[in-house]
Amino acid sequence: MTGWEYAPAPESVQTARLRSGYGMFIDGRFTDPGSGPSIKTVNPATEEVLAEVGVATPADVDRAVAAARRAHLRVWGPMPGRERAKYLFRIARIIQERSRELAVLETLDNGKPIRESRDTDVPLAAAHFFYYAGWADKLAYAGFGPDPKPLGVAGQVIPWNFPLLMAAWKLAPALAAGNTCVLKPAETTPLTALVLAEICQQADLPPGVVNVLPGAADTGRALVAHPDVDKVAFTGSTEVGRQIAGVVAGTGRRLTLELGGKAANIVFDDAPLDQAVEGIVNGIFFNQGQVCCAGSRLLVAESVHEEVLDRLRRRLGTLRLGDPMDKNTDIGAINSAEQLARITELTAAGDAEGAQRWSPPCPLPDRGFWFPPTVFTGVSQSHRIAREEIFGPVLSVLTFRTPDEAVAKANNTPYGLSAGVWTEKGSKILWTAQRLRAGVVWANTFNRFDPASPFGGYQESGFGREGGRHGLEAYLAG
Amino acid sequence: MPADPSRRAPSRAASSKASAKASSKASAKAGRPAPAGRLAIRKTYKLYLDGAFPRSESGRSYPVTTPAGDFLANASQASRKDARDAVVAARRAFGGWSAATAYNRGQVLYRVAELLEGRRAQFVEELRAGEGCPPARAGALVSEAIDRWVWYAGWSDKLAQVVGSSNPVAGPYYNFSVPEPTGVVAVLAPQRSSLLGLVSVLAPVVVTGNTAVVVSSEARPLPAISLGEVLATSDLPGGVVNILTGSAAEIGPWLAAHRDVDAVDLTGADPALRVELERAAAQTIKRVLRGPGTDPDWTAEPGLSRMTAFVETKTVWHPVGI
Repeated sequence: MTGWEYAPAPESVQTARLRSGYGMFIDGRFTDPGSGPSIKTVNPATEEVLAEVGVATPADVDRAVAAARRAHLRVWGPMPGRERAKYLFRIARIIQERSRELAVLETLDNGKPIRESRDTDVPLAAAHFFYYAGWADKLAYAGFGPDPKPLGVAGQVIPWNFPLLMAAWKLAPALAAGNTCVLKPAETTPLTALVLAEICQQADLPPGVVNVLPGAADTGRALVAHPDVDKVAFTGSTEVGRQIAGVVAGTGRRLTLELGGKAANIVFDDAPLDQAVEGIVNGIFFNQGQVCCAGSRLLVAESVHEEVLDRLRRRLGTLRLGDPMDKNTDIGAINSAEQLARITELTAAGDAEGAQRWSPPCPLPDRGFWFPPTVFTGVSQSHRIAREEIFGPVLSVLTFRTPDEAVAKANNTPYGLSAGVWTEKGSKILWTAQRLRAGVVWANTFNRFDPASPFGGYQESGFGREGGRHGLEAYLAG
Repeated sequence: MPADPSRRAPSRAASSKASAKASSKASAKAGRPAPAGRLAIRKTYKLYLDGAFPRSESGRSYPVTTPAGDFLANASQASRKDARDAVVAARRAFGGWSAATAYNRGQVLYRVAELLEGRRAQFVEELRAGEGCPPARAGALVSEAIDRWVWYAGWSDKLAQVVGSSNPVAGPYYNFSVPEPTGVVAVLAPQRSSLLGLVSVLAPVVVTGNTAVVVSSEARPLPAISLGEVLATSDLPGGVVNILTGSAAEIGPWLAAHRDVDAVDLTGADPALRVELERAAAQTIKRVLRGPGTDPDWTAEPGLSRMTAFVETKTVWHPVGI
């Protein structure tokens, strides 16, 4: 025996059933891919073009909203809840059936490791449809009045970091509640949402109930400003969230926003350190840190700072960065050149402001968009890397001496999406969790998601919840 | 700031005037003639800010009249700076009030209802004069306002059980969700219903642990200030409720844009103002309660929506294992 040598275990591109062109999905049909303006979507790990995708013009948005309105009035709104439920169950099942194809396609389009798209994104997407399917005929028991009604047509704009999963988070509760949807996937990651549209076809979902309009910011603007949309749901940056809230202001339309974050991950001196280090790694390097709830600020008790950092550096040395299609890969590609530029700019600010940068020895592939796992120590609260959302594999480490100081530093942010706390002492967990101003608190764990678990932010991380009974509220009128 | 005498000695409505005409009208307002030979002590209506009763820092005041136009009092006309001071006070009070046990908050708010009951005659008088309603109607509105306050007080330790949950996640985790107060809430109180409407928008904000900056009805501000006097003599910590009298159109934009205000209730703003305020609030991702389209029937049972508008759902995960 010569030991355990590394051997690549790549997924096959063929599994994704890539096509050269994808049309929009409007009123139950795909448009001809070559019929209008289009964008090229690229594999961020190789910069190769994956496919040409038709993008929606304002006229397409009009058509999709009109189709959704018709479907809501004639079919989906009047349909008994238990019938709607069966469609959603079908969609959940087909996602499961096509899970491998979806996982590979997601990894190609997004750059995330196949291990994550296979084990997290796709199963959770199916689970969301399965969970909300069961609500469709039980809405009267959800606590929003004896006979809650759908709002009508929902305009939904989602980000590129979890393309299929975010589509499921948006569509499943809206459809269960009896709304129809016009969904705009992100400019750089439209493919899995279009396969989801195909899945809606396979499930015989009535035309117009779900419409998928790829496009850039223009398409999103046209959708959220459309006068015949009753409800706007957005996941993305706080900056765009402000603009959308401004557009919706005064229209009477309902709005929910799931925006940025700068989560604190607090490690007390009595934490289980091995588990905490795993949680820190999962917190900031899951999906290359391109997660709104990423644990991007590590707050570690001064007395264990050195020990935690030693263990963390050792652990980061074992992470494998590279081909996202390889089942061994831990760190995949950054989603776009634009995002890579933002990470590069913010980390340069970290250097300039005096923080110390460290990365494990980590060769980067020659092509594609890559950023090594990075840890900044000596970070102060005023540094940009402690205040601004980097949305990349970059951890800022700060220290504290007392629990009060840890909480004060954790809450010193305009955001409030998530937080982590690590300690073996139960009463300290609850004490800390009570004081953290964040919508999700992970205690002795991090980055866990479940369709039954409400998710959403405080303050400038947005408002409204997705997941659980709470997630229905955004799509119902009591 | 010396304590306002009115905190200890509830005043009667103005009951004596120089001219016979004014005097007879004022007496009619008070419902009883002034004793011959004695000039009544009138109340100075001021702001209620951080537990004290200052005048507006601007030094401005404006006349408050009956619907028929007869003078009742000069109210302080709150300014942008008063609003900022109120936000500072509300933020300072938030930590303690939001951390109080639900039982304690319920007790404190129930105590407020006890004191409201003790001042019932004064409120009836103010509604009669300010809203121009007959005594029986004024009495019914005051009763409803007190009962509304008691209704909300009782929610303090129940809302979390009704809207919170234990969530059955697919894994070895215990997962629960609880409602928590949003923070500092700016409330533009209804313009017409000066006591029942005010109580109906204020009580749901504070019972859940938020602190409030309230802009009262502009034309009918007197019950709001008397409510402030009740709050000041109750066990409610200073700064939890701050009451500004004046113009929602003048003060509202500063509150809607203020970075340390977490939410706004636009009930007392007219439709054009609501659009402007909602746009301003968008810049800091504030929670916005747009308010009813038409003046609602404030006597109807309100439901949960005014409480759930100003709470955040917090979800906590912990592994299960040995």
